[in-house]
Amino acid sequence: MSDVDTTALWLWLAIIASGLFHGINPGMGWPLAVSAGLMDKSPRALLGALLPLSTGHLAAMLLVLLPFALLIALTEWQRPIQIAAGIVVIGFGLIRLIDRRHPRALARISPARLALWSFAVAIAHGAGLMLLPIYLGLCATSSAHDGHAAAARVIDQNLAMALLVALVHTAAMLGAGGLLAWLVYRYLGVRFVARSWFNLETVWAVSLVLVGAAALAVNVAEWR
Amino acid sequence: MTMRPDPTFHASPKLAMEAPPEHFAYTLLLSPDFKKPDALAVIDVKPGSKTYGRIVHTVTMPNKGDEFHHFGWNACSSALSPLAGHAFIERRYLVIPGLRSSRIYIIDTKPSPLEAKIHKIIEPEEVFKKTGYSRPHTIHCGPEGIYVSTLGGGGKDGTQGPPGIFIMDCETFDVLGRWEIDRGPQTLHYDFWWNLPRDYMVSSEWALPPQFENGIVPEDLLANKYGHRLHFWDLRARRNVQTIDLGANHQMALEVRPAHDPIREYGFVGVVVDTTNLEASIWTWWREGGKFHAEKTATIPPEPAPKEKLPPLLQGFGAVPPLVTDIDLSMDDRFLYVSCWGTGEMRQYDVRDPRKPKLAGSVHIGGIARRTPHPNGKAFAGGPQMVEISRDGKRVYWTNSLYSTWDDQFYPDGMPGAEVMANVGANGGLELAKDYFVDFPEGYRPHQIRLEGGDCSTDSFCYPSV
Repeated sequence: MSDVDTTALWLWLAIIASGLFHGINPGMGWPLAVSAGLMDKSPRALLGALLPLSTGHLAAMLLVLLPFALLIALTEWQRPIQIAAGIVVIGFGLIRLIDRRHPRALARISPARLALWSFAVAIAHGAGLMLLPIYLGLCATSSAHDGHAAAARVIDQNLAMALLVALVHTAAMLGAGGLLAWLVYRYLGVRFVARSWFNLETVWAVSLVLVGAAALAVNVAEWR
Repeated sequence: MTMRPDPTFHASPKLAMEAPPEHFAYTLLLSPDFKKPDALAVIDVKPGSKTYGRIVHTVTMPNKGDEFHHFGWNACSSALSPLAGHAFIERRYLVIPGLRSSRIYIIDTKPSPLEAKIHKIIEPEEVFKKTGYSRPHTIHCGPEGIYVSTLGGGGKDGTQGPPGIFIMDCETFDVLGRWEIDRGPQTLHYDFWWNLPRDYMVSSEWALPPQFENGIVPEDLLANKYGHRLHFWDLRARRNVQTIDLGANHQMALEVRPAHDPIREYGFVGVVVDTTNLEASIWTWWREGGKFHAEKTATIPPEPAPKEKLPPLLQGFGAVPPLVTDIDLSMDDRFLYVSCWGTGEMRQYDVRDPRKPKLAGSVHIGGIARRTPHPNGKAFAGGPQMVEISRDGKRVYWTNSLYSTWDDQFYPDGMPGAEVMANVGANGGLELAKDYFVDFPEGYRPHQIRLEGGDCSTDSFCYPSV
């Protein structure tokens, strides 16, 4: 395996890991699926809630990734863009570390609008930002294979990559969150909701800072 | 901010019932003649304790004339809402509004209830300026923070504009502003509660300040000018979606008690008096087919009494109205407790079939004409009023005072403060505990009770009790 392939493999693992992390975080919505299943007394309602939750999350990922898919088609600007993205992610992580207040607007979303809720929560917590440096790294490795391709083709490739990254991440999230929701619904009981609920705010903010810092370090080093 | 949800937050009512029993009961003390500052009493309710049934700590306020009435916690089980994603606040602060002054006290109950102290005071001007409301009353903690219902609008006598609900931040206690976006026909206020996953709120009506602050106004009552409607709201959209008029003769629709289990889309409300026959009534409201409905499901008749046993206000009627002034629903939604403040009776209804309440238990104590003493021999002036049920449903606590000026009209011979407790039988039935009779300092009357770790009129739940 070439260095580029090894890097790509690690980056894909990071995409999946972040999906699992988002999935088990109660703040990203698995307890809503439990609630839906219990309130309707039907496992089908639980599955039915997972669908809009995943859709909203997927949309939030794409909202962050897609503009960058276009931006980094400017290949000569690839490094500065990656570095800037790293700084933005670190900055957002620091804001989350300092300002612990929960965005009150989220409380205005009706429980019936799960997709909107999931989208807004992911945006508010910078869930998509966590993927951004990883995604940019993947784009860089694939363009390293290609050399100088036509700009239009690069854009297509980047857009396809953004979709793939968002889908893989959301699938991992759906898998982890869905499994947890099912276990609580079917076997563990709602007592587990409070028991399992750790305050992940700090871990979350720190992981943003770490992801951003790693991307920044790699890109600055390679740029030189 | 904590690392784990507060251990007193419970996902479902069933889990709340299984939690350890309360060791302290917080009770508001009001000085009915406004000569002393109001206070919060902390009462030891741990069985076997040396100070069982006694006040073990008092937080006295720095102002006079607040008139404490109802109060509540800064946070409860509603913090476990799957929508909040943010369960890391503590059930720690008691929010106590002064109904007469519009001042709000925030009391810190940590590290120990025995060291409870004032954390913050919100002056009336802040409430007036930021909300245009006055006379804060019911406190509930919910999705957008702390919700406070008010009984008055703006102006000196609180009649400029309708009263409503405002929101406070549950951590900083900043007053954030009015809650309603569209109040529809609502112009009066009293109590409110909700079903969080189903996203609706229910509110009730008492009266405007000039109709209660200087005592009940008999002409207004006989002209059916007190509140008699229920309002149903879209909770997140903050819109009134439906108003049900219970009929103008059903004067003063007060406490709203939705089923705790969010899967159940019904609840109850108590009506103080029917002006056609002095009856009190219990109404069941429910949601079906996207609409709300309400019907009278229980009535309590007045009791004839000789004129010499009646206060001047009632002498013309020759009877004591039951005056249902508070109701409370047990955590398992099985028993509804109904305070008959006039006739001096605490009733227990089995409401497992919510539209067919069945009388399951009753104790008499106090009362305008009956004046039943406590089984321990002590006199009990007034009647059962603010009632609170332990989470496990085994103990029911209540106090005897309604509201300073109304106490004097219905019980003109005076009303020493008292708080008693009744044990609940396994299948219903009520028996007053001989060893629980809290004496209060001279010149104070007790009002609402809040139990350590939550109680049956505090916590709202986001998951059903399967």
